[in-house]
Amino acid sequence: MIIDIHFIGLIITSIMASAVPLILASCGELITERSGVLNLGVEGMMIIGAISGFAFMTVTGSLFIAVIGAMLAGVLISTIFAFLTQTLITNHVATGLALTIFGIGISAMIGKNFVGIPGKEFPVLFESLKDTIPFLSPILFGHSIVFYFAFALPFFTNYFLKKTKIGLIVRAVGDSPESASNQGINVKLVRYSCILYGGAMCGLAGAYLSMIYTPQWIENMTGGRGWIALALVVFSTWNPIKILIGAMIFGGLTIIQFHMQAMGVRVPVQFLTALPYIVTIIVLVVISRDSRKIRLSTPSSLGKSFYKDN
Amino acid sequence: MHKIFIRSFVSSLVFLFTLTVAAVAKDVKAAFVYIGPTGDHGWTYQHDVGRKAVEAAGFKTTYVEGVPESADAERVLRQLANSGHDVIFTTSFGYMNPTNKVAKEFPNVKFEHATGYKREHPNVSTYAARFYEGRAILGTIAGTMTKSNVIGYVASFPIPEVIRGINSFTLAAQKVNPNIKTKIVWAFTWYDPGKESEAAKALIDQGADIIAQHTDSTAIVQIAEKAGVYAFGQASDMDKFAPKAVLTSVENNWGPYYVERVKAVANGTWSQKDTWHGIGDGMVVISDLDSAMPSDLQAKVKKLQADLASGKVHAFTGPIYDQKGDLMVAAGKTADDGMLAGMMTYVKGVEGDIPK
Repeated sequence: MIIDIHFIGLIITSIMASAVPLILASCGELITERSGVLNLGVEGMMIIGAISGFAFMTVTGSLFIAVIGAMLAGVLISTIFAFLTQTLITNHVATGLALTIFGIGISAMIGKNFVGIPGKEFPVLFESLKDTIPFLSPILFGHSIVFYFAFALPFFTNYFLKKTKIGLIVRAVGDSPESASNQGINVKLVRYSCILYGGAMCGLAGAYLSMIYTPQWIENMTGGRGWIALALVVFSTWNPIKILIGAMIFGGLTIIQFHMQAMGVRVPVQFLTALPYIVTIIVLVVISRDSRKIRLSTPSSLGKSFYKDN
Repeated sequence: MHKIFIRSFVSSLVFLFTLTVAAVAKDVKAAFVYIGPTGDHGWTYQHDVGRKAVEAAGFKTTYVEGVPESADAERVLRQLANSGHDVIFTTSFGYMNPTNKVAKEFPNVKFEHATGYKREHPNVSTYAARFYEGRAILGTIAGTMTKSNVIGYVASFPIPEVIRGINSFTLAAQKVNPNIKTKIVWAFTWYDPGKESEAAKALIDQGADIIAQHTDSTAIVQIAEKAGVYAFGQASDMDKFAPKAVLTSVENNWGPYYVERVKAVANGTWSQKDTWHGIGDGMVVISDLDSAMPSDLQAKVKKLQADLASGKVHAFTGPIYDQKGDLMVAAGKTADDGMLAGMMTYVKGVEGDIPK
């Protein structure tokens, strides 16, 4: 096997493609968590997005409607979570877990009629430029619009949180809902919005899987990527740019493993599957050695319900 | 008067008895346990086609899909045995121990386990198809059609069934093209489109221009279609998922066997059996050959198919050497079923080691 620069470009492209759903879901969840809400239902919202996208595509034949439909489905299911945790003040962890179980179940039920149907081809951009530059062009060109959006999203998210007023409000609500409320901010409204936004991004991540990555519907097709996305938010210490790096590492683990196998290098698969979680734990241990750092990066009211007498 | 009454009573009893026996015989209920969804368009789909053939033959059937190969399988089997099913088909290798365990508890229920080798109780039969015959045909096609001489192979789990397939495929490909290399990637799943396509992509990126698969989803042929390389359908005809990429598919045809076995239960002639059928018995079927294949190759494939069916050609004919160069099968000999059933070493020409 000659390892040339073009080949490395191809591997990086594969890794990026596998990182897309992780980036989308993590960036959505990051906004939710920054507002102080811990939604463990990422996997459930993603799978709902996956089946909705595929179902809308099959029924309407329109990819645009399918993508929007998947995001709206994510919004819809996260509304349930928002209503339970924000209006009925239920426990975030339990509600989120229930959301995942619910999502997996209901998607399998809806999906019954969509199993075994071939998906449609999703259009790619800059296809003609794909063979122009040896190393860079497969990385840069010939991808779907969702792919480009995913790689821009962490930067937008970072800008939004750090430079805009609404971003500041979101952070304020996540760090101290009481003070924010005293300043006249509607904490519930902010948290509702952040939860719904997270739902939309998870829905999009799911649609990417069922419409672009492997265009077909299969029961349980998210295959634990939602949990990786959750781990990724913690790994990134709630910093969108670090999500990008983390998603490349986490997504790269499987791809590299297959490449190593094809080259004849043996690696224990089980270890690699566990690696994202091990890395996350190590990162957590490292950052929590410095209590100041963890206090600075973790939204202080994360997972705590906010209740206000009117 | 008294006598007549007794006589008529006895005769009606006899009549009733025969009636119930007849009713029982007609009312045989068969259950099927599937590893995946019936719509996977692969392994489970084909078993369900077989189940429908049983229905068409006039028997009642039920099925449970997506049953994990764990304690869940035992629970499902016990439930099916308890609810009046006379014969239960367990259609995945991993159901081997649960099937035998539950069979012990229900001696009156017949169990049929696919692709396994354990028959610990008289009410357990096993059956499998000689897929390796189909893979010898795929190997012949791959060896002829490859330009890069690198053939990718996405494998599921390191069990004899899969390794036998890799070997049969490689031996056949080497016969027509001694320069080929078979690169194996283990996905460690039967059914995960995401992982399967990542594995296939890695192989294509490393120069493979033909991808064979021993996993069940249609993801790999779709990836091949996108990348402009060739692939083979697994278990069912996958041509509609990738019309350009799929050269042919190896189809599993379980229907005739299922009907035969359920009928045997109905007639009371069922007995323990170990069935291993191939192309000759129609359990392994080769789909239509793609027009991308030159006509002389098509003729060659047809001939090989006929020879495998008649037994004139065996997919494992010596001399066969293993990776270290030790002789596995002597020249002129063929591998016996015992050797095939326990095959856990690669033949010469396969790259890499079998994962532990």
